[in-house]
Amino acid sequence: MDPGTLRTALAPSPGVGWLDDGVARVSADPASIIRLFAAAGRHCGRAPLPGAPGWTADQAARVLLLGALPAGDLARHVDDLYRHGDAAEKLAVLKALPLLPIGDAAAPLLHDAVRTNDTRLVAAALGPYAVHLDQAAWRQAVLKCVFMGIPLAVVHGLAGRADAELAAMAEGLRDEREAAGRRFPDDALALLRQST
Amino acid sequence: MRIFDPHIHMTSRTTDDYERMAAAGVRAVVEPAFWLGQPRTGAGSFADYFDSLVGWEPFRAAQFGIRHHATIALNPKEANDPRCREALKLVPRYLDKDSVVAVGEIGYDAMTPEEDEVFAAQLELAVDHELPALVHTPHRDKARGVERTLAVVRASGIGPGRVVVDHLNEVTVGAVQDAGCWMGFSIYPDTKMSPSRMVEILRERGLERMLVNSAADWGRSDPLLTLRTGEAMLAAGFSDDDVDRVLWRNPVEFYGQSGRLDLSETAAGEATFEGSSILRGGS
Ligand SMILES: [Zn+2]
Repeated sequence: MDPGTLRTALAPSPGVGWLDDGVARVSADPASIIRLFAAAGRHCGRAPLPGAPGWTADQAARVLLLGALPAGDLARHVDDLYRHGDAAEKLAVLKALPLLPIGDAAAPLLHDAVRTNDTRLVAAALGPYAVHLDQAAWRQAVLKCVFMGIPLAVVHGLAGRADAELAAMAEGLRDEREAAGRRFPDDALALLRQST
Repeated sequence: MRIFDPHIHMTSRTTDDYERMAAAGVRAVVEPAFWLGQPRTGAGSFADYFDSLVGWEPFRAAQFGIRHHATIALNPKEANDPRCREALKLVPRYLDKDSVVAVGEIGYDAMTPEEDEVFAAQLELAVDHELPALVHTPHRDKARGVERTLAVVRASGIGPGRVVVDHLNEVTVGAVQDAGCWMGFSIYPDTKMSPSRMVEILRERGLERMLVNSAADWGRSDPLLTLRTGEAMLAAGFSDDDVDRVLWRNPVEFYGQSGRLDLSETAAGEATFEGSSILRGGS
């Protein structure tokens, strides 16, 4: 995904005029993003975007607002918007991270997200930006997905990054589930087979 | 019976409550920010509390198909503690959040000068942010508290139709009705108000601008007393439509003034993937 595609996908949305104004305002006055970011869903809606699979209108609008921030101050603003965001704002920040020129500066936000019990935030933390999660934290997060019933399809680059240690951890969980007579998800079984 | 509880502190309730509420017909709630049993010692504690009201708690409610909204404010009791007073600066940012449908609970606890100041400042925030206001009335010295509350509301310039004055009883309802504000009633197991007394008030004063809530929290309280009140209304001869008006359409009308109520279906597990950690017993 890229911001250009998100802007095109938003074109039919009723809030697109509001959004273009907002992007201009953030360019001129970066601090104005605080109120605009919170209000994006009320102006642009929250429906899934047919032109951008996996994205909703509010998420796309928030990415475009973030894209208008000055590069030199981007990391500070992103951190602030995540930390003071409601669940939808946090989710939008996490989804925006791989699209922003921010390097690894926002990695601490991933750690925060995988500590939550909100399945949407945990899943979003395991997108492409998760290359900035260290391997131990990444394994824990993947295992947490299995535990929480989040499909492993949300994990970006799973096959390439899964290792023997992750397989051993998943095997332990499978044994516990079996002992309890509880189901172990098929996608996690497939992960085990691939890694052993 | 579809039920919208316009005042309930779910933070203090368990998932069992959510389950029972959903089964009883509760489909939407508003959770006002208030005090917890334990006094807080600083603004950071409020930030975590407010975050939870716009983050974790709506997620938890959605697991049970219940729409969760919040009202945000520094409550009057803790407005008296200079360490907590800083939390007032946090309030405006939260008032911009999608699920925040009013400023509240504001009002009086012990009617101190500090409370005067914080009450007036937050009514001003409600005007600035074009939000309704939820006003708590004191448990002690209630009649004079309500009088003073209504004077402050009048002086603030907020429209009376955008204000609910809560925790009313037979003695205090008249002044609030005359002022044109909405009237809130907290149905409690043995204090504030009971379902049968509530039915009497509705008989006498009509259904317009009437809000019935459980105000369930960490004290002895019952989140199903909204349902019990609906049942008591039916038993007393009110129609299904009357009950729907009081328990659903009235709160929708009042909080709908925020322009932010979202009552779209929470599809089973919308906020989850194939069920959730809560339903499955935690992680
Ligand atoms: Zn309350």
